[in-house]
Amino acid sequence: MTVLIETIGLTKHYQAGEGVVAALKDVSLSITPGNFVAAMGPSGSGKSTFLNLIGCLDSATHGSYRLMNEDVAALSHDRLADLRSRRLGFVFQSFNLLPRADALANVELPLIYRGMPRRQRRERAAEALAAVGLADRMHHRPTQLSGGQQQRVAIARAIVGSPDLILADEPTGALDTRTGLSIMALFQALNQGGVGILMVTHDPDVARYAERVLRFRDGRLIADETQIPANVAKALEALPEADDAA
Amino acid sequence: MTSPLPPIMSTARRGIDVLEALRGALAALSANFLRSILTALGIFIGVAAVIATVAVGEGARRQVLAQIQSLGANLLIVWGGSATMGGVRLGAGGRSNLSWDDAAVIAREIPEVQVAAGSIRQTFQVVAGNQNWSTIVLATEPDYFIAHEWVADGGRLFSPEEAAGGRKVVILGATVAEMLFAEEDPVGREIRIRQTPFEVIGIMARKGQNPTGQDQDDTVFVPYWTARRSVMGASRANARQVGVISVKVHEGEDMAAAEDAIRALMRQRHRVAANEPDSVSIRNLSDIQATRDASARTLSALLASVAAVSLLVGGIGVMNIMLVSVTERTREIGLRLAIGARRRDVLAQFLLEAVMLALLGGAAGVLAGMALSHILADVAGWPVLVRADAVLIAVGVSALTGLFFGYWPARRAAHLDPITALRHE
Ligand SMILES: Nc1ncnc2c1ncn2[C@@H]1O[C@H](COP(=O)(O)OP(=O)(O)OP(=O)(O)O)[C@@H](O)[C@H]1O
Ligand SMILES: [Mg+2]
Repeated sequence: MTVLIETIGLTKHYQAGEGVVAALKDVSLSITPGNFVAAMGPSGSGKSTFLNLIGCLDSATHGSYRLMNEDVAALSHDRLADLRSRRLGFVFQSFNLLPRADALANVELPLIYRGMPRRQRRERAAEALAAVGLADRMHHRPTQLSGGQQQRVAIARAIVGSPDLILADEPTGALDTRTGLSIMALFQALNQGGVGILMVTHDPDVARYAERVLRFRDGRLIADETQIPANVAKALEALPEADDAA
Repeated sequence: MTSPLPPIMSTARRGIDVLEALRGALAALSANFLRSILTALGIFIGVAAVIATVAVGEGARRQVLAQIQSLGANLLIVWGGSATMGGVRLGAGGRSNLSWDDAAVIAREIPEVQVAAGSIRQTFQVVAGNQNWSTIVLATEPDYFIAHEWVADGGRLFSPEEAAGGRKVVILGATVAEMLFAEEDPVGREIRIRQTPFEVIGIMARKGQNPTGQDQDDTVFVPYWTARRSVMGASRANARQVGVISVKVHEGEDMAAAEDAIRALMRQRHRVAANEPDSVSIRNLSDIQATRDASARTLSALLASVAAVSLLVGGIGVMNIMLVSVTERTREIGLRLAIGARRRDVLAQFLLEAVMLALLGGAAGVLAGMALSHILADVAGWPVLVRADAVLIAVGVSALTGLFFGYWPARRAAHLDPITALRHE
């Protein structure tokens, strides 16, 4: 399989009061497995709308969207839930961790809906936490973790089901520069391991670490550029303070 | 860190496992511990009240049943006088139109009848040594004991020969024996009724109160002809008169048919004209039982409505709190949907919480109701019986309440739009 995602003429209209808002207009593109893509554009340009459509959380008004060669518009609620749990992993700007559950339980959550036995689930969740460098924080609750650590837990939760694509809406939006960079380092590492990433960001400094940049304006895809990703490790070294904030 | 996790091999998607679901529901309920307790309180109180009242009611029902049985099974009581003439007349007043011979004829002529015994009762002062006690003297014949299922606890009952021969023997009811002789054995001793000495030949087994609350053991039994000659006889206009006739119908025979036959026979014997009312009235103890059953049914209907109302109120409480919970946890629901929960997973999660909430209230209510019944039993001296089916129904109904009132909030949760839910503040 050479194409993970293929959209043709993807369009989304929202009903807002009297009028209709065209949040996304005629977007056609394809993403191959293992692509690290950043989506940029001014506020209200349709980035989140695009991401939600790709994440099967919302359905398009016009156009087609194929995920792994399946026409998403034709799928049932259950099948969409299934795709989300197997193929996709979500990371949100506001982390969205369950406040009463510890890191391990938060990471376990997607596996519960796949009916995985408890012991296997916990082992896997522990591995995922280790992969984001939080092996020693497994039993901390979100309130006992820093912002960067919380976002790492969220990333562990996104990768625990070994998805083909991580969807991240402003994953560094709530973090300071250093912490944001450490998250980018994690994304790059995961991407080198073969996981595709589609990340929405305002910040050109963050978009530098992707290998492809989509630019949106007024709901249209106005540019689609491939670039050589910047190296996060160097950027981290260049920062004045040396201690690891994440 | 360069290699993410290995792929998950099993592709079969199974449902979320039950244990996990239970654990999740319990965690959610204990997260709002006080609120959960307060919500379950409605159902708790309803169930506790119902369990206790049913237990007390059942205890009372059993007691009444035992009392009715103590009166004797298949028993008809024939009273002199018509029911249309101002109800039943008591024999002791001396106006009864029944005679000793009526009893004999009933026993002889009506095939359904096993025994028929006339009796007459009057209150006297009875004396033993320096003790005296006012009690009912019941003059009858041995068949009376068969009809009313009286048995001796010590000594013996009198024989037909003793009854016919007019011997001065007496059988004491348990209460009278206690009052006159305390701990001593009265058998073989002497008591006096109106100065006439009687030899005590037996003590009756205790029967306790009858359904109207009279102590059936506060009675002494003497042979009919002895009483007529030496105690009650002199002032009677009709020396063969009896107050009532106790009729025992053969087991399995139709009581109503026996009643009709007795009425017809009595009309004939008392020469009642065709246009006049019956000369006797007949009371069937199963009528009393039917009345009791009817009032028990009314009581249970009342209880059922109390239960229904309290469960309704409790259920609305559950629904309310589940709606609050769904609103509070909108983001959590959005997240769960985004990471792969199906609608039915979310539905099941919230339904389970509602059912568990109601069930916890119900189960605690059962325990409290049982405790309450026993306290009531101790305080009121009232027998109680916690019935297993009442407990099962109470628990089942609480679960159903949770299911019913939890469904709508759970459905709302399951049908949330994940994007809007995730944006919810
Ligand atoms: N649920 C909705 N109902 C109505 N209009 C919506 C809805 N969601 C988005 N829109 C509109 O669609 C347009 C695109 O919104 P979108 O959230 O995709 O922008 P964005 O590029 O993610 O912006 P930001 O960078 O501020 O997050 C906006 O004009 C927005 O007002
Ligand atoms: Mg956005």
